[in-house]
Formats: sequence, C-alpha cells, structure tokens
Amino acid sequence: MFEKAFHGGRKYWTVVAILAAIVGVGAICYLWQLKVGLKITGMSRDVSWGFYIAQFTYLVGVAAGGVMIALPCYLHNYKKFARIVVLGEFMAIAAIIMCLLFIIVDLGKPMRLFNVLLHPTPNSILFWDMIVLNVYLFLNVVVGWAALEAERFHMEPAKWVKVLAVFSVVWAPCIHIVTAFLYSGLPGRHFWLTAIMAPRFLASAFAAGPSFIVLLALIIRKYSKFDPGREAIQTLAKIITYCIIINFCFFLFEVFTAFYSQIPGHMNHFKYLFVGLEGHGKLVPWMWVSMIGMFIVCILLVIPSIRRNEGSLAFCCVLLIITTWIDKGLGLVTGGFVPNPLEEITEYWPTVPEALITLGVWATGFLVVTILYKIAVSVNEEIEA
Amino acid sequence: MGLNRREFLKIAGVSVMGLGAPTMALNALFKNQLNASQISPNPKALHAKRWAMVVDLKKMNKEIVEKCIKACHSIHNVPHIPDKKREIKWIWETHFEHAFPEQAHEHMDEVLEHIPVPVFCNNCENPPCVQVCPTKATFQREDGIVMMDMHRCIGCRFCMAACPYGSRSFNWQDPRPFIVKENPEYPTRTKGVVEKCEFCAERLEKGLMPACVEASEGAMIFGDLADPESEVRKILRSRYSIQRKPGLGTRPAVYYLI
Amino acid sequence: MYDGGKILTGLIIGIALFTLPFWFNLGKAAKIPEPKLTPKAEKAKFCVESKEYMQAEHMALLDKWRDWVVRDGNRIYVGLHDKKYDMSLQNTCMDCHSNKKKFCDECHNYADVTPYCWECHIEPKEEEEK
Repeated sequence: MFEKAFHGGRKYWTVVAILAAIVGVGAICYLWQLKVGLKITGMSRDVSWGFYIAQFTYLVGVAAGGVMIALPCYLHNYKKFARIVVLGEFMAIAAIIMCLLFIIVDLGKPMRLFNVLLHPTPNSILFWDMIVLNVYLFLNVVVGWAALEAERFHMEPAKWVKVLAVFSVVWAPCIHIVTAFLYSGLPGRHFWLTAIMAPRFLASAFAAGPSFIVLLALIIRKYSKFDPGREAIQTLAKIITYCIIINFCFFLFEVFTAFYSQIPGHMNHFKYLFVGLEGHGKLVPWMWVSMIGMFIVCILLVIPSIRRNEGSLAFCCVLLIITTWIDKGLGLVTGGFVPNPLEEITEYWPTVPEALITLGVWATGFLVVTILYKIAVSVNEEIEA
Repeated sequence: MGLNRREFLKIAGVSVMGLGAPTMALNALFKNQLNASQISPNPKALHAKRWAMVVDLKKMNKEIVEKCIKACHSIHNVPHIPDKKREIKWIWETHFEHAFPEQAHEHMDEVLEHIPVPVFCNNCENPPCVQVCPTKATFQREDGIVMMDMHRCIGCRFCMAACPYGSRSFNWQDPRPFIVKENPEYPTRTKGVVEKCEFCAERLEKGLMPACVEASEGAMIFGDLADPESEVRKILRSRYSIQRKPGLGTRPAVYYLI
Repeated sequence: MYDGGKILTGLIIGIALFTLPFWFNLGKAAKIPEPKLTPKAEKAKFCVESKEYMQAEHMALLDKWRDWVVRDGNRIYVGLHDKKYDMSLQNTCMDCHSNKKKFCDECHNYADVTPYCWECHIEPKEEEEK
C-alpha cells in the first residue's frame, strides 16, 4: 500500500515539499543546538523545561485522542466510526512520532539515549513513559496498517488485529496518565502536585485529539473522494463538547482549591499566569486568551445548530486546539517552574531557534500524517471504485 | 521456486537473528573479564553511615559564605557564567525568606532576616531526584550522599524538576571557557549534563573534610549522624535546628542552627 | 527487464559512490601510528597492565574504572606486578602519558575515533613542539 504515497496530484506534492522544507530548517537548527548546547533555547536554571517538553505534553494527549473513535467502534460496535477509525490511528502515529522527537531534541546528551534501556529504572516515570509511548506507536502502526489492508481487499481484519485494537484502546489512556504522573508526583512543584493532573490530561486529550481528526476529516472530504460521513463527524463533535466542558471545569476546580484555601504556595503559580507576580507577567495575555477562548468554545459547541453546521464546527475545533495548546503548551510547564523553589522569579520565553526546531518537529508530524492519510484516502477511493 | 516476498522476508529475518545471537553470546562469554577482587577503596577514606552537615547561622557572615563558595567552586571547576539564566552554582548565598519560605514571616528577628544563608544540595535521605532519574545517573550511596554519574547522565533534567530546593544546575553550553582557573586534579563537566554539590565525596575518600567546611572557620560542621558522639550529633542535641521544607518528607542531611 | 537502462545506470553510480573511499585514497597509505612515551612513562617500565593488554583493552578498563570509582566508591586498583594505582584517567594515566598529542591521539586519529573523555577530564598542558 505504501506505493500510494508516491502517486499524488500537484496539491499533494506541494504540501509535502513545503513540510519537508520546514523539517529541513528545523533539522539545521537542531544541528546547531547539538554543536553549541541547549543555550540556544530560552530555558534557564529555574525554568529547566520549556517549549519542547510542553509540546510533548500536549501531543501525548492528541495521540490518545484517536481512542475516542476506536473505543465506540471496537468495543461497542458503533459502525458509523468504522470508516474513520484508521484516521485516528494514523494521526496517533504522527503524534507519537512528534512526542518522541520532542523528547530527543530536549535532551542534553541525546547520544546517550540508549542508557534508558541499558539501565532500566522502574521507579522513574520517564522509564514507563518510554515504554508506554513506544508500545502505543507499535500498536497503532500494526493495527492501522493491518486494518486498512484488510479493508482494501474487502475482508474483515484478522482476529489478532481486533485483539490488538481493543488492547490499544485500553493502552491509550495510559500514555497520558503516565505523562501526567511525570508532573503530579514531584514534591517540590505545587502547581503540578495535584491528583487532578491526570484527569485534566485525559479531558483535554479527548477534546483536542478528536478536534484534530474532525478538521483533518473535513479537509479530506474537500480534497478527495473519501467522505468520512456526516454522522461520524457529528458524534465526534458531541464527544468534543462534553470533554472540553469537563476540561474547563477541572481547571475551575483547581482555581477553587488554590484560592479558597488561600495558601500562597498554591496561589502564586496561578497569580503569575493570570495577573503577573512582582511585575513579571509575560504569559498573562496568553492565559486569558486561552481561558476565555475555551469558555467561548464550550458555549458555542453546546448550541446544536452551531455543532451541526460543519463550518462553525471547524471554527470551534480550531479555537479549541489553540486554547488547549496555550493551556498545556505554554501555561502548564512554565507555570510549574515560576516562582522557583526559593520563591524567586525567572521568566521563560522560547527563542527563535527553539521555535524553528519546534516547527520542524511539528512539520515532521504533519508530513507523516499527510503521507499516511494519502495512503488511507487512496485505498478508500480504490474500494469505492 | 514458489517463494513469495513475505516468506522470503520472514526467512531472512530469522536467519539474521540466528546468526547474530550466537555471535553476541560468544562475545559476551569470552570477553576479557576484569577481576573485581583487584579493587578496593582508598585506605585513608572517611566512612560514615549517614553524612550530615550543620550550618551555624549565628556564626555566618558575608565573608565566610564567600570563602565557602570560592573554595567549592574553585576546586570543582564550577564555571562562572555571567548570564543568570544559565548560571551554575553548587553553593550560593540567599536570605532566610528564600531558604525557609515556610518559616519566614513579616516580623522576624532583624539579625536573622539579613544573615547570609548558604544553600546547597541537601543530599536528602529520601531524594525525589534519585526517584525520577531514568538512568540512575543520580543515585544515593549507602552513606547517604546523592551522587552524580556524569558518564551516564542524558541531560533530561527530570531531576531538576523534581528537586524541591532548586539545588541542581544544568550545563546549557560548554563550561570550559567560563572556568576562571582550572583545578587540574578534578574534571570539568561538559555541555548537556546536570551537576550539584556532592558533599565533596572525592575529598572524603582522601580523608579530607568538604571544602566549604574547611573554609567556614567553624561555621559549618560535617560528620556522621549515626555516631552519637560525632560533632554534628552533639551540636544538634544542644541547639535548636531547622531544615528546609521539612513537610515534604525528603529528610535533608543539612541542618541550620538559628 | 523493465527500466533496465535506469537500473543499470543507477547500479553503476551506486557502486562507484560506495567504493569512493578506495578511489580517493589510491596511492596514499596512512602512516602506521607510533605513540611516543614520555620520559616519565619510560622510567616507569610498565603500565597498569601489560602493553598488549592495554593496547587491546584500555577502553574496557577505563569503562570499568569509571563505574568502580563513581558508583562503587573504590579508588585503588592492583595492577601488573601487584602495583597499586589510583583509578583516575586524569591523575594516573595522564600523569605518565602527559603527551596526549603524541600518545593518545596517534592511534585515535589513525582509527578515526573521538573518545569524549577529555571533554571533562582535563588533559595536561602540552608545549607546542617545533
């Protein structure tokens, strides 16, 4: 089936070329980072994790979002999702590849990556994160490919494929639960030391992941003969609505605990993010855009006529992705580090090389998605014919 | 021939594994084994069940703290990086409200409020940094010191996120251009690894006290907590002492007398 | 065969590129490395282990040394002729073999390996020879 990736129209090759160019620019910047060190980023002694790890955190949720299609389809026989379940799996592949790349570009000594395998350390959550991410990647590659191939030959997928598919539905929440545990078990960081970190990750994942899939499905319908089905998109929209409302509520629950208890250690991080602390407030406008935007998305998506209109649904999905990205990609990581354990403030903002490397990795993911979706769409067009 | 592509690939894969596995096994068996009975610690090394440091804030002043910092940073080739965001510090000076944020309040003893407090890695008994390191590059020795294995560190900085005291520094660049005067008897670090105070483990194994303790003119005391007659135990019995963020359960090995 | 012309052309170009190192270095033989001992090393008569052993296994020895020192807290190594050594690249090995350029680098350059040891372990200052 891979040969389908090599036969495409002009639009396809243009997209591939542009993405490949962005990947190239990112790769060159990364070579410079390897030579000079991570000082080309905006990270500091106080904010020792930044844009790279934040993107990883966000994308791990997006990767698991595909399970929101697989779960009704494989566990509850919801046939309407049968056509797009492969879209979820392929997007998960791209997202996991991005996660792994972001971890690698963040390492100070990436050539020693093998040490994590040579010296397994079960008490470290990073060890489990590595296992969980790689197994999930393997599952999606195998199940997605086998299911698509079976569909191509008008056959039911083999029994072991279905078994692995059900297993991947169970495994998917693990990837962002484990990633949430990276943060929620650290005694010194009160912004993260909360049991609701894992539920928040789950809720935003199941809102953001399907939003990506809805947008990609609409794009596919526009540019090919593959129609994912109106009803499938509507069901996804309902799932997105509930999950984004739950995500927003979880955030409000955190605000309540911090500000009703009036404990400075808990309040300070929220204050830094939303009103600034001691004159430092680079992230304040971003956080308000994120929260107000998320609230608007909640209201809009609840209104049935807005959900049913695919144009306004697409707008809501875009806004949802932007607002959840700001929340996880900027607010979560920086907010945890500011103020530092000695109650001092060092702000963080990504530098241009850091942003270019980040864009390069995002472009890699989009390139993978483009190629894989091209294969899926071509196979489906072949079946229809 | 009748062999299709799938079967060919399966046979090829099994053959590669079949050839590779015995080769690796033979290599491992016949590799020149070094005899571990040739190894022993330095006979002059100091031993303890649980090393601890006591900082007497009543004896602290700016000169002593600066001498301690200079002693530590010079013998350990700690670079002096002017950019505060990338600075590397194993021991530094701060004030009471930053070292002990949970004990500070608005109407403090004026002397205590302004005393320079030296802070450094607490070498905790229950270290969160050791718990999170994915390669055991940071590990806890039997005598309680939390060590760094610079050969193994992958620079993931999880330990920096886990440390509740901000004791760890990362090499965002090559540190050598920033080292004022190299000590040729101790290595430097390279870009991409995390570093911190290790209670001068390399001095302890030569029978010497940590550099800051020697430079502190008696304001810092070092010894074995498990020995009831050690200086540290004696002074902790007679004076009021506090620790940084005790509620977190890290059980630091550093005590401050106020 | 299909596309026979393209395949043969590609094959020829591929083989040419693959064997490029041989064409490029035709007629130039690299000098056999001759690591030079310092006067201090010559006086010592023997190294931590035999010359043959060190030539073949000094990497494995140092790899074991660094774990024994850092992770196990051991410092003394009993080597050849029961002589005791402090297990330290910087303070023991480089103390005798203080001419990195004429000793260590000789073979490393020939074999085109760049061990990263000296990124951290300070090498002794050498005078520039004429």
